[in-house]
Amino acid sequence: MRFSVLKRLPSAWRRPLAVTGALVTVFWLVVVLAAPLLAPHDPLAQDLPRLASPGAGHWLGTDELGRDVLSRVLYGARISIPLALLLVALSLLVGGALGACAGFFGRWVDETVMRVADLVFAFPTVILAMVVAAALGANLQNAVLAVLVVSWPSYARVTRGLVMGIRNREFVLSGRLLGFSPWRSLRVDVLPNVLGPLLVLATLDIGTATLLLSGLSFLGLGAKPPAPEWGSMVAAGTQQFDKWWIGVYPGLAILTVVLAFNFLGDTLRDALDPTAARTIGAEKERVA
Amino acid sequence: MSQPSAPSRANKGGAGRLRERVAAARQRHPFASFLTRRAGTAVLLMLGVTLVTFVLTNLVPGDPAAAALGQRAVEDPAIVAQFRQHYGLDKPLPLQYVTYLGNLLQGDLGESQQSHQAVLTDLRAAVPATIELAGTAIVLSLVIGVAFGVVAALRQDRLTDQVLRVLSLLGVSVPTFWLALLAFYVFFYRLGIAPGSGRLDPGMTAPPDVTGLYTVDAALAGQWPVFWNAVRHLMLPALVLTAYTVGLLTRFTRSAVLEVLGQDYVRAARAKGLPGRTVLTQYVLRAALVPVITVAGLAFGALLSGTVLVESIFAWPGLGAYAYRSATTLDLPAVMGVGLVVGVIYLLVNLAVDVLYGVIDPRVRVS
Repeated sequence: MRFSVLKRLPSAWRRPLAVTGALVTVFWLVVVLAAPLLAPHDPLAQDLPRLASPGAGHWLGTDELGRDVLSRVLYGARISIPLALLLVALSLLVGGALGACAGFFGRWVDETVMRVADLVFAFPTVILAMVVAAALGANLQNAVLAVLVVSWPSYARVTRGLVMGIRNREFVLSGRLLGFSPWRSLRVDVLPNVLGPLLVLATLDIGTATLLLSGLSFLGLGAKPPAPEWGSMVAAGTQQFDKWWIGVYPGLAILTVVLAFNFLGDTLRDALDPTAARTIGAEKERVA
Repeated sequence: MSQPSAPSRANKGGAGRLRERVAAARQRHPFASFLTRRAGTAVLLMLGVTLVTFVLTNLVPGDPAAAALGQRAVEDPAIVAQFRQHYGLDKPLPLQYVTYLGNLLQGDLGESQQSHQAVLTDLRAAVPATIELAGTAIVLSLVIGVAFGVVAALRQDRLTDQVLRVLSLLGVSVPTFWLALLAFYVFFYRLGIAPGSGRLDPGMTAPPDVTGLYTVDAALAGQWPVFWNAVRHLMLPALVLTAYTVGLLTRFTRSAVLEVLGQDYVRAARAKGLPGRTVLTQYVLRAALVPVITVAGLAFGALLSGTVLVESIFAWPGLGAYAYRSATTLDLPAVMGVGLVVGVIYLLVNLAVDVLYGVIDPRVRVS
């Protein structure tokens, strides 16, 4: 499966959506690394005139405390993007491990993991994330944890399905007959063969993770002021309807990041072989 | 209708015989057994939902009494003791859960720290507004999303398909709360096309309460000005909410239609010379739109999620705005109440979707 992805990649990458997605992603990654160099002001300094509309000296305007919106948007990338990547990595790890065990060992392991996953799926995502974040206490770390709680099950389901499809294939069985322990067989023979589709799911999920995290911050359950977090900046914008630039630019930042990752994920999904793509497609509909 | 699988599975022993009888009953009343199974799952999941809110309310770090009562009440030991007894906090955990369930069954979801009312009272006032909004949004999403999806599939890989693909990706990528802010600013503040916030204009009185849905109630009472005003207020928030679900449904419908278009029977229908429109409506859409129903259930969940992020911006007095207020002020009993109610609504919607799916497509009942 990995190889078929690689083989199909070159032609898929020539599509305009893929190119746009890649360019925008690179742009934001540069911003993450170089925000201090790019930002014209300190994102926390309150030394500019308040609520100034976009213009010279503060291209994207200033907010209600006299902070430069452009600098805050640029610094915001350093919160949202690394956290989204971390989140997806954690979900992949937790969901992948649980799903692999469920699919490989079956029986009560399978039952337990899948019933817990069903419980998570019984709630709309934002609602469950909100409930968990509120219960744990409002801060960014807990928001990440809350999103993890709602996001691992889709990885578990996909991994389980893929592992079940492969665990009785000859090369896995022959490994077992050679005396591999179940763990070794899982690690050496099974997991490398399910990794490709999982990485595609992970790429598609970066956008969702970004949306969920900024949504929690919008609800006041994530980043605390004065941190320049995009979701909380949009929330501040709702307090000043007529000063559109406070909320519009950070939201635009969220949109472009999510869109770029979705363009990339979409390309990868098309490059993936069709049957695996279908399992992931179905899973993505479910994550909604 | 159902597959005769019972004889092959029949084997020795009491358990085997029981299984045999169950299988036989299933064969006699396939639809009834399908309904029982689905309803059974829904009840179990509902218990699961209460377990989740129970665990989150009671196992979080910190004192649940302090969390639920707020600072001032906690300083009075008599109130704390009464609270602990009422919620069974002085008993072991499993018993606490039973007490919690008992309280839930009596409609006791705790008291909101903010409104100082029973959470149930607050929720009861908020639910109709959200049902009206989410209901409108799901109808709009289905109409737009299915139309887009069918067109995209029929024009596969042409310009229309590409444009719709970008549109649907935009829809699933846009932060709903931001879109709401933008729409409100542009259509209300700048252009003045949309009415302001709320469910009705300030001077207007709500129609007599029958269903709680202003449009329906106004129509029932024959108050057409109120009806049109309510519709105007509904439109903008509903359209904002549809962004995500239209994206979702467009993509799903497109792939469903494409899959059916490749089937042999469609090719056969074409080959025997049926007109294109007949093939499309009688053969393709009939088969392709059935699975779309299942996605509609999931889309409804996305809409319920969306209301939390959108309603507060439009000052729409529903569950979402209530959840927003409760979350930003960390009003834990209220947040849990919303979680519980939304979880149950979502479960019921999905149960309805499952049953509907079973009614339409008999193959589902036996699997």
